[in-house]
Amino acid sequence: MIQFILRRLLQVIPVFLGTTLLVYFMVFALPGDPIRALFGDRPPSEAVIAALRQQYNLDQPFWVQYGLFLKNLFTFNLGVDFTGQPIAATLGRVFPVTVMLAIEALVIQAVFGIGFGLIAGLRKGKIFDSSVLLASLVVIAIPIFVLGFVLQLVFGVYLGWAKPTVGTDVSWSTLLLPAFALALVSFAYVLRLTRASVIENSTADYVRTATAKGLSRPRVVMAHILRNSMIPVVTYLGASLGGLMGGAIVTEGIFNVPGVGQKLYQAILRSEGPTVVAIVSVLVLVFVIANLLVDLLYAWLDPRIRYEK
Amino acid sequence: MTTSDVTITEAGTPADRPLLEIRDLAITFNTSNGEVKAVRNAHLTIMPGETVAIVGESGSGKSTTALAAIGLLPGNGRVSGGQILLDGEDISHAPEKRMIELRGNTIGMVPQDPMSNLNPVWKIGYQVKETLQANGRPSGPEDIAKVLSEAGLPDSHRRAKQYPHEFSGGMRQRALIAIGLSCQPRLLIADEPTSALDVTVQRQILDHLEGMTSELGTAVLLITHDLGLAAERADKVVVMYRGQVVESGPSLELLQNPQHPYTKRLVESAPSLASRRIQVAKEQGVEAADLLAPAAVARAADNVLQIQDLRKVYKLRQGLGKSSDFAAVDGVSFDVLRGTTTAIVGESGSGKSTVAKMVLQLEKPTDGKILFDGVDTSLLKPSELFKFRRRVQPIFQDPYGSLDPMYNIFRTIEEPLRVHKIGNKASREKKVRELLDQVALPQSTMQRYPNELSGGQRQRVAIARALALDPEVIICDEAVSALDVLVQAQVLNLLADLQSNLGLTYLFITHDLAVVRQIADHVCVMEKGRLVETGSTDDVFDAPQQEYTQALLNAIPGAKLMLPPEVA
Repeated sequence: MIQFILRRLLQVIPVFLGTTLLVYFMVFALPGDPIRALFGDRPPSEAVIAALRQQYNLDQPFWVQYGLFLKNLFTFNLGVDFTGQPIAATLGRVFPVTVMLAIEALVIQAVFGIGFGLIAGLRKGKIFDSSVLLASLVVIAIPIFVLGFVLQLVFGVYLGWAKPTVGTDVSWSTLLLPAFALALVSFAYVLRLTRASVIENSTADYVRTATAKGLSRPRVVMAHILRNSMIPVVTYLGASLGGLMGGAIVTEGIFNVPGVGQKLYQAILRSEGPTVVAIVSVLVLVFVIANLLVDLLYAWLDPRIRYEK
Repeated sequence: MTTSDVTITEAGTPADRPLLEIRDLAITFNTSNGEVKAVRNAHLTIMPGETVAIVGESGSGKSTTALAAIGLLPGNGRVSGGQILLDGEDISHAPEKRMIELRGNTIGMVPQDPMSNLNPVWKIGYQVKETLQANGRPSGPEDIAKVLSEAGLPDSHRRAKQYPHEFSGGMRQRALIAIGLSCQPRLLIADEPTSALDVTVQRQILDHLEGMTSELGTAVLLITHDLGLAAERADKVVVMYRGQVVESGPSLELLQNPQHPYTKRLVESAPSLASRRIQVAKEQGVEAADLLAPAAVARAADNVLQIQDLRKVYKLRQGLGKSSDFAAVDGVSFDVLRGTTTAIVGESGSGKSTVAKMVLQLEKPTDGKILFDGVDTSLLKPSELFKFRRRVQPIFQDPYGSLDPMYNIFRTIEEPLRVHKIGNKASREKKVRELLDQVALPQSTMQRYPNELSGGQRQRVAIARALALDPEVIICDEAVSALDVLVQAQVLNLLADLQSNLGLTYLFITHDLAVVRQIADHVCVMEKGRLVETGSTDDVFDAPQQEYTQALLNAIPGAKLMLPPEVA
């Protein structure tokens, strides 16, 4: 088991190098000069530009730039961005916000997705099941920027139950509305996955045997139907955590959440290579660790799976 | 079934009163094609401590009747008539709450398939524990271990901490028996409790079950498709056919003097009771087809297959990079005569299927040679191997799994012809029609899909597909094991006919010695990868040389029952 975890952690190294190299190259290859873009209509003197280039190593070839980036990374010196702010401080500011948002969204989709999915699966073909299925289809079909704006308008503006935008006032309660928007799509998938899994397990032989043993219905449902149905659902939930972290760009934009998505979008627009790569590197780590956790969780949920070596 | 002895009187002592009485039971299923009556007018009486067997083929309603007695009919099924009296109380429409009280405590169940009836995510001990808890019994570690060890699981403290996938099939079935009997029910419903197990294991488990139930005074309702097994284990036998009880009575009486035509057919075709090869029965006039008679045709020693000192070693991982060698097949040699049937018998894990796979060139032998028509198959080039596959065809065990559900029957049978680029579209269609005729399926079957066919029909399709390329050798890996007795007899007859008409050679892999008796000329008995005995079928059956072979033969259910010759 420990060997398995170590091996998986070692795999992080090539994955990390590969993704950062790719992202760095793509930022490097973006058309336009990031330094000139900083100044807009009043171009500075060539000497200033040259000095800035040197400061940000933009006069060096790609491989040297990437090498310097790696060197800085391993000495925990992420450098400063074009506005002079240390990148490490920026990361420290935006990541907690997005982590809060992602966790809240994850909890929402797990609780509602599994809850509704279980009830729908147990009442297959009844009214509850059909209406939930239809509603989830609607949610899946409508793009998130439409859903987000509708939620914002209805709950934030008309009903006034929540603040329409988050801004600097970041807390669990102000993030609730964007978390709902973010959770909605995955929620629909979790619901459908749980429902399908519950329906499949309900007819399993061991469920019938459990009933034949004299167990009460709630006990059969919890210990035998739901427990076994969780195996694919938890896997999906874990994998979606990465998506929630990185995929929040649209949601964070709509609700003005000062998180990773917003920062990443700005950095891409400004061709700020180091900032983009720093954010993406952390996201890569989050993905890899989330996947490792899913694998471990999977083995814990399903004892037939054991990781050797 | 006589009903005069079942009048219930309040004054009657419990011993006089039936524990379970099923009267006029009707069970209806709501399907997309409307209502289907699965069981009609079923009668059954079980006295306390008595063992009663329901015998019938799949779809006869035997399992449905038993499930109704424990209130576990599937969602679309319901009791539409009659009564199920448990100790005089009608439970056919009892509320769920009452059924939960009865299940486990009063009515226990041992289900059919040990592989799928234990929840894979819970430890065995936990699954025993929740049973004890639900029925208000002490459920400490000692109690759990006691329940398991009584069912014949040694080292039960450790076993309780293991998961089902760490158990063999036999051990799982013991665990299920432990669970079924853990709360000492007065009635145990055993639904084909051993049909998924090897014969020798089957015998041990049934012996143990019998011992336990007689000690506890538990009545048993045994559901089985095997008449021999039913007759051997039960006091009374109830025969069901198409949802109706057609005959019932004391076991031996019913077996020796069957009244209903269906029972007669069942007795005739019960493989465990038939004692001669199929063509012998036919020569007596059952069917007038000219069958192969190995003794009559003088054959030159024409060995189509020669297996020489075959070995297959698998590496077993033992964690931390260590591995040990496991010889699945160890030094096996035998010859297969052209036009005859050679059977390889053994329990699961004996290596018999591995031999089949190597002969089919699906696995590479570690050592040894397989000569086909005198040519070493390991030296075949890819193109020669392609031709070899044309001449050696398999028929696999599971007719449900080995046909592609998305292909209709025409496409399934035509596929090998297309792959081997034989003929044009019209000639291939003609060939498929001929093949369907050969396996006695209507030509209209061509347009149907596997899920529209019964198990026996599917196996016929599998045979037709195997015959499509006019092979010389057919390797049947448990080809009839999944089929009901009567269907099994039909398929075995078909195989015998095809052999005599087409001069086919069969290599028959099976765990079922009763089937071997009916189809094979030569037998190879395998145990733990080694060939322990070979010989002609008659020799091996009449005078088994090895202890292991004797044990296998003794384990055939009903083998010891003496039947008048005109029945057998």
